[in-house]
This record gives sequence, structure tokens and C-alpha cells, in this order.
Amino acid sequence: MPESDRQDSAPGERVLSLRGVSKHFGAVSALTDVDLDVHAGEVVALVGDNGAGKSTLVKVLAGVHQPSSGTITFAGKEVVLADPATALGLGIATVFQDLALCENLDVVANIFLGRELNPPRLDEVSMEIRAWTLLNELSARIPSVREPVASLSGGQRQTVAIARSLLTEPKLILLDEPTAALGVAQTAEVLDLIERVRARDLGVIMISHNMEDVRAVADRIVVLRLGRNNGEFGPDASNQELVAAITGADENSVSRRATRRRSQQAPEARP
Amino acid sequence: MNQETQQGSAPLLDRSDVRVKHADTIGGTIGAFIDRVRSGDLGSLPVIVGLIIICTVFQSLNPVFLAPNNLVNLLFDCSTVGVISLGIVCILMVGEIDLSVGSVSGFSSALLGVLWVNSGWPVAVAIIVALVLGAAIGALYSFLFNRFGMPSFVSTLAGLLAWLGLQLYLLGSSGSINLPYGSPLVNFGQTLVMPDAVSYALAAIAGIVVFVTGYRTAARRRVAGLSASSLGRLLLQAAAVIVILEFIVYYLNQGRGVPWMFGLFVALCVIMNYALTRTKWGRSMTAVGGNREAARRAGINVRRIYLSAFVLCSTLAAAGGLLAAARLASASQQAGTGDVNLNAIAAAVIGGTSLFGGRGSAYSALLGIIVIQSIASGLTLLDLSSSLRYMITGAVLAIAVIVDSLARRSRLSHGRA
Ligand SMILES: Nc1ncnc2c1ncn2[C@@H]1O[C@H](COP(=O)(O)OP(=O)(O)O)[C@@H](O)[C@H]1O
Ligand SMILES: [Mg+2]
Repeated sequence: MPESDRQDSAPGERVLSLRGVSKHFGAVSALTDVDLDVHAGEVVALVGDNGAGKSTLVKVLAGVHQPSSGTITFAGKEVVLADPATALGLGIATVFQDLALCENLDVVANIFLGRELNPPRLDEVSMEIRAWTLLNELSARIPSVREPVASLSGGQRQTVAIARSLLTEPKLILLDEPTAALGVAQTAEVLDLIERVRARDLGVIMISHNMEDVRAVADRIVVLRLGRNNGEFGPDASNQELVAAITGADENSVSRRATRRRSQQAPEARP
Repeated sequence: MNQETQQGSAPLLDRSDVRVKHADTIGGTIGAFIDRVRSGDLGSLPVIVGLIIICTVFQSLNPVFLAPNNLVNLLFDCSTVGVISLGIVCILMVGEIDLSVGSVSGFSSALLGVLWVNSGWPVAVAIIVALVLGAAIGALYSFLFNRFGMPSFVSTLAGLLAWLGLQLYLLGSSGSINLPYGSPLVNFGQTLVMPDAVSYALAAIAGIVVFVTGYRTAARRRVAGLSASSLGRLLLQAAAVIVILEFIVYYLNQGRGVPWMFGLFVALCVIMNYALTRTKWGRSMTAVGGNREAARRAGINVRRIYLSAFVLCSTLAAAGGLLAAARLASASQQAGTGDVNLNAIAAAVIGGTSLFGGRGSAYSALLGIIVIQSIASGLTLLDLSSSLRYMITGAVLAIAVIVDSLARRSRLSHGRA
């Protein structure tokens, strides 16, 4: 089903564009001269090995870290994402890998944190209803939204974090390994959700280690390696190509197995 | 009484998960309460148990302890340090500390004496100046904290010395300034009590407010398809509040009556409780205390939250100092020294506000200071020296912190943060 969607939706205008973004932590260069474009209605998958700089890139876009150099253009204007509030205000919503929830607050309070309804006299009833609606859309299995988040499992917390990012209608959603802690049904639900978000013409950046998930929803796959761009692929790229770009080597177990498989199938074709 | 039966088969929005036990009956409510306590969510239970023990012990040693007029005096004494302790609740909520509240209170009482009595300023102006300077001290701490990352522990320890020095400097060689007896401020601190009718009415209003807000919320929740407390439970709750408060007021009215100063303290607690639990600001305070980075990533202006916490804390400390001056009818070098600092911090912790941040209640200042003042009053009645009082208060504080730490560990293992 995703294939058909993808073909008839031409990418819209450019939402986000990074040029030459670098980020140093002391002596460590987490990102070096990274370029990235995201269009409206497009899902860009960001893949790379552990420590490739994916989360750092997401945090730069979320305003958590400031880039050491480079420019960020959002919705046609060059922007400085000085803090998370700025990024949120522009319409960049983020699900962080380290989930960034307040364990002492309940689910409703976490979903609405920083965006509470009716600040001088919190509208708890409306917030609770909205929270349930969001969670039901995600087919969340959350027993009670009035329990502190500390009592939830990893997957449930992830769902809360995703629900949080969907609360206000953002222009760009950043999902840092959103399905890492999820079960089968919930992963399908989240991938489905990404499809729906794309259909609403939002830009999506998704990070995942699962190539099957990536291929299922991504319009483009951007590979980072050691903090640098290392290739861009369509969703039909082969596993071998991707693994080679991610690891930076042609010779590894995945490519070897692929070669073996091909050579087993090949004999019939040979004379 | 059960919502599910009233609503027929359609499950309520928040009651569709069958794994969760819901306490819909009175028995269920009690069961849920016991579960909560066992998991380490103690609330104000330890302090109420402690208070009962203290009262029983002192009453059996000296029957004057529970006499109405002794309790009225106790409430006068509570109000001064209690107001300071309310500020400590604020600063503990965000996980920081202010060790200088005693000195700030002493400084503000000295300022009141100098401006009002020595320089002849109108008392209202002197009070406002003292409060504004208190706020400025808090702003300074938060500047040092936000700008230079100076731990509040250190900056306020420095402040403790500095403001004490300023207080001694202001009072000069005379060492103390007497406030005029019979002036409204001193009357407020020493004698003014509510007329009986007013105190009974206020107690009744409290119960009615509890009922009306509870009823409105329940009605809205029911309309929205959420579970709501039943009318019976709301009525029971309101009735309990009214009976308890009216009894306390009745008992105090057998003596001099309810001090206006205590009324002011309780009013501040109620306002603070509302602000902490029902406003966006309070939500942000709790979030910053629970997980500062998560709060920042949610777009909360964390620095402004710290600013508000520090400013509120030292402003309330200054206010407490003014009340203490009124209570003693003097601004002296001793004001705000000795155990004031620790009593204010101990009260908040004993009342159930966590030293670890993100967890607490405005009412913990109220409960905690009553515990501390009860011990002080009981020991004074027994003619025991302040040396013993210090030791016992220290022990109570240690117990409170141990309970806090154990409860926290238990909460973590029961998934209640
Ligand atoms: N706050 C930080 N301080 C110092 N180094 C960091 C910080 N965050 C990330 N790094 C470093 O940056 C590199 C990239 O990390 P990260 O972006 O988390 O990788 P990943 O692609 O696995 O998400 C790693 O070498 C990591 O050690
Ligand atoms: Mg990562």
C-alpha cells in the first residue's frame, strides 16, 4: 500500500534545508558538514551506525544543541534554533531517543507539558479527553492517564512521547528511533501514523535501525557515517547497498551472504 | 454509586482497560489508599501520625498542652516561621535550596524597625520596601544560578552571612529597636483574633468550596464521558472538611480565638496550593523539579521558573521576618538567627515536601510547622532547656528525611517516581 501512495504524491515545497552543519563536542566532531533537505509530505529516513550522529542532528534541529557552524533554513527562512522553545514555536516537534518525560508527572501532564490549556486555571477535563483521543489514535495500551509516567513500560512511554509530538499541528516531525521499544502491533501503528502524517503534508524525519521499517515508509533514505553524509538512496535500495553505505565497507557478513545467495540462484542461468 | 452501572454498557473513556483496579466504592477508596501508602506514596500520613503521638505524649506530661489558649499561642508562633517555610516549599519543588531564609527574615525585620520606628516612614511603605528587597535577594540568587551555574547551596550560604551582617549593621550599636505597642502591626502579631462568627463562617465556606468545585468537575467529567466521583462521596468529603474545621475553630474559640495572623498564613498556603497544582506555572515548577532537561525540551523557560522560585522563597522569608517582628514587637539582632533557618526547612520536609525536587505541597509547610512548634511548646511547658529542644527537633528532622528517602526508594521500585 505505501508504494501506491508514494508514487502519486510528488514532494511539496522544501520545509527544511541544512547546509554544512557541523557540531563539535570538545574534541569529538559529532557532525561534519551535513546537508539535508526535507520536503512537505515527505518521509526522510536517517540511518547510520551507532554514534553516527543521528541523535545529535535531531537535537540540533530540536534546538537542544546549537550547531558549531552551518545554516538551517526552515519554511524558506534561515533560522537560528537557539532553544527548544524556538524550535517548537516554528513547528518542529520531536520525539527524543532519551524520551524526555517527567517521571513525577502523570500522562496528561506530560503530553501537555509547556502547552497546557488555560494556564491560570488548568482545564484538566479537556486535556484528559484530548490525551485519550491521541492515545487511542495510536492504539496505545495505557491503563490510566492519571498515573505518574514512572509506572509505565518503555513502550508505553514511547507512545506518550509520540502523542506529545502530535499534540499541536507541527510542520516537521522528528522521530528518533520511535519504534525501538514497541511491540509488533504498535510498530505497525506508528508506521501507519507516519503515513497519515505524510498525507497531511507534514515533513517527517525518522531514525530507525530496522531497514524493513525504513523501506516501508521512507521516500528517501539518508545515510550518516561518522558524522558525515554518506549517500542518499530511494526506498528500493537493496539491503547490501545500504549496509555498505552505513558501515563504509563492501566486505561484511551481510554482503557476503547476499553474494552467496546470488551465486546459489545463478547456476541455472549459467550454461 | 458505581459509574459503570449508571452508564449502562458503554465503557467510559478512561475505564476501558480491564487491568486497572478502580476504586469506586468507599471500601475501594480505602483499599486504594492503603495500596498507595504501601508503595511509598505517603502524602501527609507520617506527619499526621507524628502529630498524634506528640500531642498524646505532651498532654500526658502536662495537661496545659492542649488547653485552648496554649494552642492559640502555638498558632501565633507557627505563622511567622510557617510563612518562611512556605517559601522553602517553593524552592524545594524545583530541587534547589535556600539556606539564607533566616538571615533574610532577620534583615527585613531590622529594615522595618529602622525605616518605620527610627526614620518615621509610614509602616506600609516600610513593609513594601522590605518585601521588595527580599524579592531582590531572590533575584540575585537566581541570577547567580542561571548565569554562572552557582549552586544554590553555596550562594545562599554566602547570603546567610551577608544578610546577617547587614542586619547587624542596620541595627547598629543599640542592638534592637522596639516597635510601638498598640500599633496595628504589633496588635496583628500579638492579639488580633477573628470574631467567633467570622471563624465559623470561614470554616463552613471552606467545606462549601470543596463541594462546589468537586461537583462542577464531576459534572463536566460525566458529560465528557470520563469517570467522576459520585455525589455521595463529594458530600461525605465536604461534610468531613466542615466537621473537622468547625471543631477546631470551636475549640480555639473556647480560648482567645483564631489569630488573624494564622488566618493570613493559611490563606497564603491555600493560594500557593492552587498556584502549584492548578496553574501552568505550578505544572512547570513540578516539571523542572522532576526533570529539568525534559522541561526545557518541552519549551518551558526553565530560567524564569528558577527565578520565580528563588524570588518567591526570599520574599516569603522577608514577609515571615516582618510577622516575627510584629509578634515580638521588636527588631533585634537575634531575629532570624538560631533555629529559624532550620525550622523553616525542617517544617517543609517534615510536612512531606521532598528534598529531591518535583514533589511536595503547600500544605506541608502548614503541617510541618505545627509539628515543630508543638514540640517547642511542649518542651517549654515542661521547662526543658533549648538544648534539649534543638536535639529533639534535629532528631525529628532526621526521621523525616529518612522517611522521605525510604519512601522515594519505594516509589521508584513501585513505579511512582
Ligand atoms: N552531549 C554530548 N557530549 C559529548 N559528546 C556527545 C554528546 N552527544 C553525543 N556525543 C557524541 O557524538 C557522537 C554521535 O552521537 P549520537 O548522535 O548520539 O549517535 P547516534 O547516531 O547513535 O544517535 C558520539 O560519538 C557521541 O559520543
Ligand atoms: Mg541515537
